[in-house]
Amino acid sequence: MTTIESRSTARGIDPRGPRFTASVTLVIFAVALLLSEDAPAAAAVITGVQAVFFALGAGLGVHQTPTGLFFRKVVRPRLAPPSELEDPTPPRFAQAVGLVFAIGSTIGFATGAILLGQVFAGFAVIAAFLNAVFAFCLGCEMYLLGLRLARRTT
Amino acid sequence: MLEPPVNPGLLILVLAVLVAVAFGLHRRRVDGRFAHPSVEEVAQQPSRDLSAWSSVTASLPSVALGEQATLVQFSSAFCAPCRTTRVVLADVAERYDGVAHIEIDAEEHLALVRALDIRRTPTTLILGADGHELTRAAGAPRREQVLAALPPSSREIS
Repeated sequence: MTTIESRSTARGIDPRGPRFTASVTLVIFAVALLLSEDAPAAAAVITGVQAVFFALGAGLGVHQTPTGLFFRKVVRPRLAPPSELEDPTPPRFAQAVGLVFAIGSTIGFATGAILLGQVFAGFAVIAAFLNAVFAFCLGCEMYLLGLRLARRTT
Repeated sequence: MLEPPVNPGLLILVLAVLVAVAFGLHRRRVDGRFAHPSVEEVAQQPSRDLSAWSSVTASLPSVALGEQATLVQFSSAFCAPCRTTRVVLADVAERYDGVAHIEIDAEEHLALVRALDIRRTPTTLILGADGHELTRAAGAPRREQVLAALPPSSREIS
């Protein structure tokens, strides 16, 4: 029998933190999409900044991103304590998935392949919306399907 | 053109939000629901005499089948609802006589994941006393959903 328990870190994070981060991500991609047609360069800068946020989240953990720090320092003290804590590994993995979409979007907007950038940003909006509104981690769900496809030979 | 041009960025944004809302509402409805396999699905299963339990023991020889029912939970590391599911299922197994709970790391047992066609984590299979799959649910089930899906023979320890 194998359990996941051993791999989880003992210290959990407030599950509302990643949802707050996802809300900000949603707004960032929405603004980039709205600007993309008339000002693709500005859209590229915006998604580029988001890519840096994602890289920080994937590298250091979701609570170390600017939005994660803002949540801990400013938002969380004003809220009631969380009813339960969450393992930080799943949202961190989701940040890595988000990074792929932010990079794709930035490349699209920066090189003039506007539609490509918009499609990447559209998928990012779907994922961020599901996370912010439904607390549903799309990247985490795709993980098992991805593994099943990637390791076909085993 | 007579019609005013629609901003494609806005169009994609609206489409993305609509897709997300539809998908989110759908998931909220089906998550944790134990569905009994339809006749076609049963017919499609490669071999009915090879029970789900024999697949499980092929990968995990040391686990034991519950006398009445076995709750087989598939989890992965990047899965927050798996934790909730673990708490619910472990509690049911503790309170009900002859009900066992097994949690399996999907990543480490991909052959089993394919054999049982597990697509998401958490997925919970309920096996009967003979090791055949009675029903399954993808997504975190609520306690009442698990209790309703247990075979009638399982009784709460009083």
